[in-house]
Amino acid sequence: MAMIELLDVSKNLGGKQVLDHMSLAVEEGETKVIIGRSGVGKSVTLKHIVRLMEPDGGTVRVQGRDVMEFKGKELSELHMQIGMVFQGGALFDSLTVGENVGFVLREHMSMKAAQIDQRVKESLALVGLYHVENYMPADLSGGMKKRVALARAICTRPKIILYDEPTTGVDPITADAINLLIDELHDKLKVTSIVVTHDMRSAYKVADRIAMLYEGKIIAEGTPDEMRYSHNPYVHQFITGAAHGPITEGQSSIVANSID
Amino acid sequence: MIFFNKSLYTRIGARTLNFFSFFAGITRLGIQTLIQIPARPYGARRVFEQANKVGINSFPIVSLVSFFIGVILALQTAYIMQKMSSEIYIASIVAVSLTRELGPVITALIVAGRSGAGITAELGTMTVTEQVDALQTLGSNPIKYLVVPRFLALTVMMPVLTIFANAIGIFGGYLIAVYRLSIRSSLYMNMTFQTLVYKDLFTGLTKTVFFGMIIAIVACLEGLNVKGGAEGVGKATTRSVVNTFILIIAADCFFTALFYFLE
Repeated sequence: MAMIELLDVSKNLGGKQVLDHMSLAVEEGETKVIIGRSGVGKSVTLKHIVRLMEPDGGTVRVQGRDVMEFKGKELSELHMQIGMVFQGGALFDSLTVGENVGFVLREHMSMKAAQIDQRVKESLALVGLYHVENYMPADLSGGMKKRVALARAICTRPKIILYDEPTTGVDPITADAINLLIDELHDKLKVTSIVVTHDMRSAYKVADRIAMLYEGKIIAEGTPDEMRYSHNPYVHQFITGAAHGPITEGQSSIVANSID
Repeated sequence: MIFFNKSLYTRIGARTLNFFSFFAGITRLGIQTLIQIPARPYGARRVFEQANKVGINSFPIVSLVSFFIGVILALQTAYIMQKMSSEIYIASIVAVSLTRELGPVITALIVAGRSGAGITAELGTMTVTEQVDALQTLGSNPIKYLVVPRFLALTVMMPVLTIFANAIGIFGGYLIAVYRLSIRSSLYMNMTFQTLVYKDLFTGLTKTVFFGMIIAIVACLEGLNVKGGAEGVGKATTRSVVNTFILIIAADCFFTALFYFLE
């Protein structure tokens, strides 16, 4: 049984068919990377898994259960089994780093303050941060914010972690450090992960399998090596970052009209 | 011809739809908020924090404005009362107009402009930076966590602020009457308390509870529905203040008519 399963999922947003009978399965303990151009529906896919969005058609299953069946307390429990790292971090800017990381423990679990502090310190240490509990998110750099967001996501020791563009907007060294972190967390916490990205370096580094999303569907899936040597022209254009190719054909993008 | 102007009809249709969807939105959010109030965790600390923000921090500006309103009211009434040699009634007019009408409405408009706009901007920014989504993925209901504390704080603090606004406004009128128009201090106070009946205070304060609810629900709704970054937050904040002002005046008209016909 797949840990996460999307079956025939469709979603229309503002008249645009973002997901069109899309299917994807992620096995337990696997790190699946979803690649695709910006605006292709990668983040929308993640939002369906945590039920921030409801599908127009199709089914989303987590641990074999349709997420639409979860209500009230059960839905909260589902959320606590899934850690989500948002693109911009989405740290609560009215709370300190420590309060952000320990948010779920304080709000939903009857843990003592000392235990919460201990868990917060442990989670921050797992992402390589020390003595930052009393900082406000506004005082942190982009890379640190992403790490704190990651620490917040793993604070409840979830079974699943979803990463939305974890390396976007950070320098290459920090990006590589984040890739290593994703790998480390995968090994230490034995989690199932989905990483949404258009950064191919990151994709090759962290993925067990890579799936490419194009026009609302998964058009190709395979191991990093299979994808690297794929003969699919769409995959080839994307992973090589070529301006000309089937993806951009007929589009009035930068490639269609070259500067003469 | 204008009768066949399709785009005009389309615009009217779109506006009408917007109007009804706005009311549907505030009704839905209002009901969801009421349902979430008794749900655990209660979050008393957040309610106190918000009460401090919307109540105690609004106190200086509410006091200042209501003081000026009291002074203006006394001076404007004096203009006509002096002609009729009835200056003594200034106290009654100031007291009744403030407690029944001006105190509640001015306080509501100040709080809407100050705290309502602040709430929309804060929740709007949280929405566009995915903090509201993050809240949900961390197992917290955004209505319980964000709307309920603001709703309770505004509903409770509005009458409290209005009581102070009334008292300070009456004091402003008192200063003009006693020091400018030479009315005896004891006489002014007697006239104020003789005229004021319990019902004046009651009708005035009842309205403010609903004004508080209106400010909270409209401000939160606009904030949570923000789309499109910083520009969206700006537009939502403007819309929030304008819609709250209109609804407060409309609700005031409704309650004034209701209390008038009930008397």
